[in-house]
Amino acid sequence: MSASHHTTIVILLLSNAIKAGTILLFPTIGEIFAERVGILNLGVEGMMLIGAFFGFIVTRLTNNPYLGFIAGVLAGGIASLIHAFISITLRGNQIVSGLALTIFGAGFTTFYGQRWINMNLNASFENLKLPILSNIPVAGSILFNQDIIVYLSYILAFVMWFILYKTMIGINLRAVGENAKAANAMGINVYRVRYIWTFFGGLMAGAGGAYLTIGYAPFWLDGITAGRGWIAIALVIFAMWDPLKAVVGAYLFGSINALQFQLQATGTTIPSAILNMLPYLVTFIAIVLTSIIVKAKHIRPPKELGIPYSREEK
Amino acid sequence: MKKFASLILVVSIVVFGVGYMSQAKSSKIKAAFLYVGPHNDGGWSQAHDEGRIYLQKHLPYVETAYSESVPEGAPCEKIIRDYIHKGYKVIFGTSFGFMDSMYNVAKDYPDVIFEHCSGYKTRKNMGTYFGRMYQADYLSGLVAGMMTKTNYIGFVAPFPIPEVIREIDSFTIGAREVNPKVEVHVIWTNSWFNPVKERSAAETFIANKADIIASGCDSPASIEGAKKAHIFAIGYDRDNYAKFPNTLLTSRIWHWGVFYTKTLKEIHNGTWKSTQYWGGLKDGIVGLGKFGNKVPKKVRNYVLKREKQIIDGKLKIFEGPIYSNKGKLMVKKGEELSDKDKLSLQWFVKGVVGNIPNK
Repeated sequence: MSASHHTTIVILLLSNAIKAGTILLFPTIGEIFAERVGILNLGVEGMMLIGAFFGFIVTRLTNNPYLGFIAGVLAGGIASLIHAFISITLRGNQIVSGLALTIFGAGFTTFYGQRWINMNLNASFENLKLPILSNIPVAGSILFNQDIIVYLSYILAFVMWFILYKTMIGINLRAVGENAKAANAMGINVYRVRYIWTFFGGLMAGAGGAYLTIGYAPFWLDGITAGRGWIAIALVIFAMWDPLKAVVGAYLFGSINALQFQLQATGTTIPSAILNMLPYLVTFIAIVLTSIIVKAKHIRPPKELGIPYSREEK
Repeated sequence: MKKFASLILVVSIVVFGVGYMSQAKSSKIKAAFLYVGPHNDGGWSQAHDEGRIYLQKHLPYVETAYSESVPEGAPCEKIIRDYIHKGYKVIFGTSFGFMDSMYNVAKDYPDVIFEHCSGYKTRKNMGTYFGRMYQADYLSGLVAGMMTKTNYIGFVAPFPIPEVIREIDSFTIGAREVNPKVEVHVIWTNSWFNPVKERSAAETFIANKADIIASGCDSPASIEGAKKAHIFAIGYDRDNYAKFPNTLLTSRIWHWGVFYTKTLKEIHNGTWKSTQYWGGLKDGIVGLGKFGNKVPKKVRNYVLKREKQIIDGKLKIFEGPIYSNKGKLMVKKGEELSDKDKLSLQWFVKGVVGNIPNK
């Protein structure tokens, strides 16, 4: 086989890896912002399932993947309000509430998803080759011959990074996660900021789920997210609560996923069960390594992560 | 008031009495089916469900019910017992993983008949059934071998167990009979039904320049991937020709209805005996689906000729010399792999690029 043949394989595989990574990138960015304002939402998996489910059925019924995507995004957002209400208004235990949301999402979509199983979508996102950029050798064909949702995720990662570090909104929301009382003293409405960004986290989880069923699978199956919500939560730590680093983590996971199939296709002697485990294993190792770096560099999670806030308490 | 009460009493006695009598009058044989996936999964479980509907249509004295997405293992036992308490006399378990549960319950109910698909444990009241799908796999391999241009065929496979290895081996034997340059590459998904993984596996093959994708998994996700990439696919379980007329070359399909009607007829006539049924093309339990629109006449004729030879017993698929993909002579010239060896097959034939764990 020629060298150019190998290059085409690599390009096609990595281009699929970007798509697989996009499923994770949205929820990871969403969870970063929820955690930045002090809300730990372990319901990402459940919200992704809800987004995946509504994204699928709306696309199926309207034959319009964009409408379906918007429906999935909103469904994820609405689901997150359950968690927001319990953890912000009722000041309940965020871990319990998040886990409950995951279990609810799985149960709800399995129950109502029965009749949609194995139906496929006739409409999906089409690849859109960007002029000039897609002519860059190798990287151009990998990064700039994608569908519009992938491009949206590129822009989103950058915009969210900019908001977080370079704008007043970012300073305020970080203040809420670091020290809610001080933020309140500065005149920030802590409840409102927490509600907004928890809701944003839900929208993004919905986006990841909807992209999975509309752009990637395009099928419905119970538990179709297969733990991707949990990987997104892990990637938040890997990304050190930074939206741009989340891009690296998400694509790393996507590449490992593509790699395990490629290794099998070339007849490797590594057992397939281990290869199937690889993406999860690599995430685990990456978390351990980043945790060490995080400690050494004195980076830490938002100080009041998971702690309810009450204006009345002194 | 008293009159009214006695009236109600009389009416209810009549109503219940009639209800009871009509129930007692129905002498239908009640048969229950357990599916491992949704009854409309587009693959394995749906093929069984179509068999159940076929049975219902052809034998008026049979009444059927089914449970779908039944977990393999202990929970399945409760579902079986519930059916028996409701008066079901025949239980069909359509997945390998139901074996031990059925075997346990069968001991407690000697007058209930159990039929287990793809397993090996039997009792006096528990038989097994399966089909020689490898015959259809071989025929579809012939089609693939004649149709490929890149000589790279991808096979999306569920678990590394003899049933699946047999499929891949016989498919490869067929493909290489007509085209010795073919390589069949294997990706295990480690799941019977997982459209996402099946699709990812198909995408990987497509990236590697495969022009035909075959699948032993139960969803049509890989066919969908092939369609999008404008290449060919070989279907499994059911005939999806109507949905993919230009993508599918052909499909290897199950006709479970053939076995279900045969069994219920025997039960009705009182001639049923516990056996290990392994029917083939000849019995009609397995077969090829429709040829796709892109398959030329020449190819069709060749395949049909070979099909007839199998049915007539003139062509044996696992006939030597057969080499393993590690280069070892596994079946000597003039010999044939025995049924026992076929049922415990744990090696790939020459031409397969893939790995069986722990072998």
